[in-house]
Amino acid sequence: MQAISERSATARKRLSSPIASLATVVIAVLWSLPTAGLLVTSFRPQADIQRTGWWTATSFTLDNYRQVLESQTSGRSLSQAFVNSVVITLPSVLAPLAIALIAAYALAWIDFKGRDLLFVLIFALQIVPIQVTLIPLLNLYVDAGLAGTYWPVWISHTVYSLPLAIFLLHNFMRGLPKELVEAARVDGAGHVQIFLRVLAPLLVPAVAAFGIFQFLWVWNDLLVALTFANTPGTNPMTVALANLAGSRGSAWYLLSAAAFVSMLLPLIVFLSMQRFFVRGLLAGSVKG
Amino acid sequence: MRRTPPIRVLSRALSIAAATLLLAACADTAGDTAQGTAGCEAYQQYGTFKDKKVSLYSGIVAPEDEPHINSYKNFERCTGIQVEFQGEKEFDTQVQVRIKGGNPPDLAIFAQPGLVKQLVETGKAVQAPDTVVANVKKFWSESWQGYVTVNGKVYGAPLGANVKSFVWYSPKEFKAKGYTVPKTLDELKTLSEKIAAGGQKPWCVGIGSGDATGWPVTDWMEDMMLRLSGPKAYDDWVNHTIPFNGPEATGALDAVGEYLKNPAFVNGGLGDVKSVASTQFQDAGLPILQGQCSLHRQGSFYAQNWPKGVNVSPDGDIYAFYFPSKDDTSKPVLGGGEFVVAFSDRPEVKAFQTFLASDTWANEKVASTPGGGWISANTGMDASKLTNPIDKLSAQILQDPKSVFRYDGSDQMPGAVGTNAFWKQGTNWVTGQSTKATLDAIEAAWPK
Amino acid sequence: MEIAAKLGQLALGLGAFALVVTVILLLAGRFNGPKADRRLAWLFLAPTVLGLAVAVVYPALRTVYESLFDAHGAQFVGLDNYVSIFSSAEQLHVLRNTAIWVLLSPLAATAIGLVYAVLVDRSRFESFAKALVFLPMAISFVGASIIWKFVYEYRPDLPGVSQIGLLNQILVTLGGTPQQWLINAPLNTLLLVVVMIWIQAGFAMTVLSAAIKEIPVEIIESAQLDGVTGIGLFRNITLPSIRPTIVVVLTTIAIWTLKVFDIVRTMTGGQFDTSVVANEFYTQSFRSDNQGLGSTLAVLLFVLVLPVILYNIRQLRRWGA
Repeated sequence: MQAISERSATARKRLSSPIASLATVVIAVLWSLPTAGLLVTSFRPQADIQRTGWWTATSFTLDNYRQVLESQTSGRSLSQAFVNSVVITLPSVLAPLAIALIAAYALAWIDFKGRDLLFVLIFALQIVPIQVTLIPLLNLYVDAGLAGTYWPVWISHTVYSLPLAIFLLHNFMRGLPKELVEAARVDGAGHVQIFLRVLAPLLVPAVAAFGIFQFLWVWNDLLVALTFANTPGTNPMTVALANLAGSRGSAWYLLSAAAFVSMLLPLIVFLSMQRFFVRGLLAGSVKG
Repeated sequence: MRRTPPIRVLSRALSIAAATLLLAACADTAGDTAQGTAGCEAYQQYGTFKDKKVSLYSGIVAPEDEPHINSYKNFERCTGIQVEFQGEKEFDTQVQVRIKGGNPPDLAIFAQPGLVKQLVETGKAVQAPDTVVANVKKFWSESWQGYVTVNGKVYGAPLGANVKSFVWYSPKEFKAKGYTVPKTLDELKTLSEKIAAGGQKPWCVGIGSGDATGWPVTDWMEDMMLRLSGPKAYDDWVNHTIPFNGPEATGALDAVGEYLKNPAFVNGGLGDVKSVASTQFQDAGLPILQGQCSLHRQGSFYAQNWPKGVNVSPDGDIYAFYFPSKDDTSKPVLGGGEFVVAFSDRPEVKAFQTFLASDTWANEKVASTPGGGWISANTGMDASKLTNPIDKLSAQILQDPKSVFRYDGSDQMPGAVGTNAFWKQGTNWVTGQSTKATLDAIEAAWPK
Repeated sequence: MEIAAKLGQLALGLGAFALVVTVILLLAGRFNGPKADRRLAWLFLAPTVLGLAVAVVYPALRTVYESLFDAHGAQFVGLDNYVSIFSSAEQLHVLRNTAIWVLLSPLAATAIGLVYAVLVDRSRFESFAKALVFLPMAISFVGASIIWKFVYEYRPDLPGVSQIGLLNQILVTLGGTPQQWLINAPLNTLLLVVVMIWIQAGFAMTVLSAAIKEIPVEIIESAQLDGVTGIGLFRNITLPSIRPTIVVVLTTIAIWTLKVFDIVRTMTGGQFDTSVVANEFYTQSFRSDNQGLGSTLAVLLFVLVLPVILYNIRQLRRWGA
């Protein structure tokens, strides 16, 4: 392995060029400029933001952040919404992972009639826009007496994510060497043992990739939360922030700070776990 | 459904634990409880409750939500009912999602009588209890009663009110430059031309409002419709007994166009005619403060948009005058308001609903809104307690016997027109679409 | 205290989901006999099939049914709603915009991602540059819309007024007059698509870059020995090797694009001729109170995504074999 990667590195080295390096950096900086602009803006005094461009900024303040963090929406603080976000996100990431893992295992490693058709059907369900499911689902939750709890939002996020999760995990499992599973079968291991002992350790990159993906999706979601977690006791940060600017018009000083408050956690998670994300995503998407 | 789901059991156990902690924490402030019933005489009629909650859902968001929450603090203290207020920007669509999904709030605050009617027709709204009906009959004029009455039955109570026929201006500027407040539409035109001749754009306008962009155009057009064709034609137009694209409406929109689509008149401090469409309505009047424009037509609620420190008074930095009528024989007033509709008839909901329809609440709300910007058409409201000059002026206009009040027309039209086509086409009209094409498109959108 | 109650709920929720999966695994361990595999497979798939049937398939079928009824679902109108969409200039604009979105954003994002992946492969600041371009993936659509709305912000062309939006400042510096970017159709739709491209290019770049690195080094070496370099190497070696990945990236972005409505809603509210099907569905169903038309739009959305899915499945089958 080592030899190959060294050779690969040298083969590529020959291709590396200063022009490519320069272009890469220029594009990367351009790509970051819009975000940087809003970040700078979020630290500027309210009056300055309205008068001059952020590229001329000279004075800075934390007032915007103070105002956002101390703000109340419907008499509740942002920190409560933060707790709600956490409570909503954790099960909405872990539950679909567990359910999709066993489903993907069945589709990838167990032979049964109708398997391929079922896999295609599950994948094809991605075409259904979430919006059309809102009212029927809400009806069901109300009938089940779940309205006002976290259950509707947990269950909804879980189900919505299944097609993509199963697709990625299935592809990843199919990419693993067949001999592993066959050898275990010969040894008399059942499917549960194979799944838990043999495959689980190998699945870490794919699980991490999907987990991060689902975390970003749920944390950043507004539509599902508005519909299913829409009481002051359960609404997450996205809902609270959407109401924050309220009737204040184009209140860039609040919007910019609020945007970065909501981005903070996903950015940290994302940057620290980027490696897994890429590895799992690649395996899931290529090895069909 | 008698079986208690396990989640409920746990959450109940936890909330009991929480309540115990709370009690322990509050033990040494027991003195408050004695004070707790002081001043509760006015609330005795609503009864006392234990552990009862009422949810109230609305589009009222920061900073207006705070005075709202404060206005029923006394009610909560005296009756023991806990009000769960929720204000949301996406209220207009979300309330429909919740109602259609079978998860409506106990009470919701609507600004559109058209929507109230629509909800009654779908059978989701609950008829108002006798106590509310009694208050509505006692405290509101017949026209206001009409907005909450569908097929002869009362379905809610009015809450707040606002006057939309206002033009904001700077009294200081008017004094310095020798302008006088116009008394007729002709004078308004003359004044605008005079200001324009001095090299300044007289008007500043903004119709931006997220996915509701365009609604200020509807207000302009309704004001003109009332003035040029009179209240009778206005009512017919709103109720669609005359077509949306008839000669009356064409005349009204063209008259608005003489202001909003006139490059000499708009858009002071904000750009060209098209900037009318891209400017947020909340920001649109602010150039008056910099002397970049002189006139801004917007309802009484705009009072809250002036920055802190701006003196809003008859001879201060900012004030408003009545959007003049055609001549002094008539005084049509365009206005809007809010209505509370119930989706539940639990006793505590009835009690709170009755309270919101009372004179006690109207006056509590006035007291809890020291900054002003809120009035009610509730005749039990003590107008002398209003502190903000604009609120006083609004109340005075509403109570003037010469005034002919008409509710915002787009709010009474069916949703497909009032909260969609009218806004969208009004926006297209500002950015260049012809009057005819605009009115024809709205007429076509009217549900058959 | 409230927090304790919420964490309690959290623990309970996690526990319940864990319980379901554990019970399934325990049950599965007991299966034996000739049909064990089959029963096991369905047991493993039970939560998925049940959840999707109730929460996705049933609403989808209901939507198709409702698209054949009038605004309040009271009267059967056949295909009237479909006819009215295709005969209304406004709704046709919505369809046109949706088509622009679905074509442009996956193609542009993938093309940019691919070019960048190739560049980055030959650059010295690889991981740093990749992180910056990938970063928008972590930002919500609403957050990204706020960022770009600020870029497009307009201040009037008056003496003493300076621009606060980056795009207009650049224009002014180059000697132009500031524009109200978001109100002029059809340019405004393109400017909204830019936001989507900005977000998705990083995704495309990352996946494609990794695919390029997976190309066996022997192939590259032998091509180099044959004198193939630069563009030729890219076209004859790189591109064919990563074709499957490109297809997956394209279709994934296309599906996301069709469903996205946050960007349109946040930036223009669907005004100025920028509405797309996903947004118009919401407006018609919950603002205009026209359930029939809303459902019809949703059905059209299925129909639009269907070819993308079918193509993807065909490709999968081919490579899977």
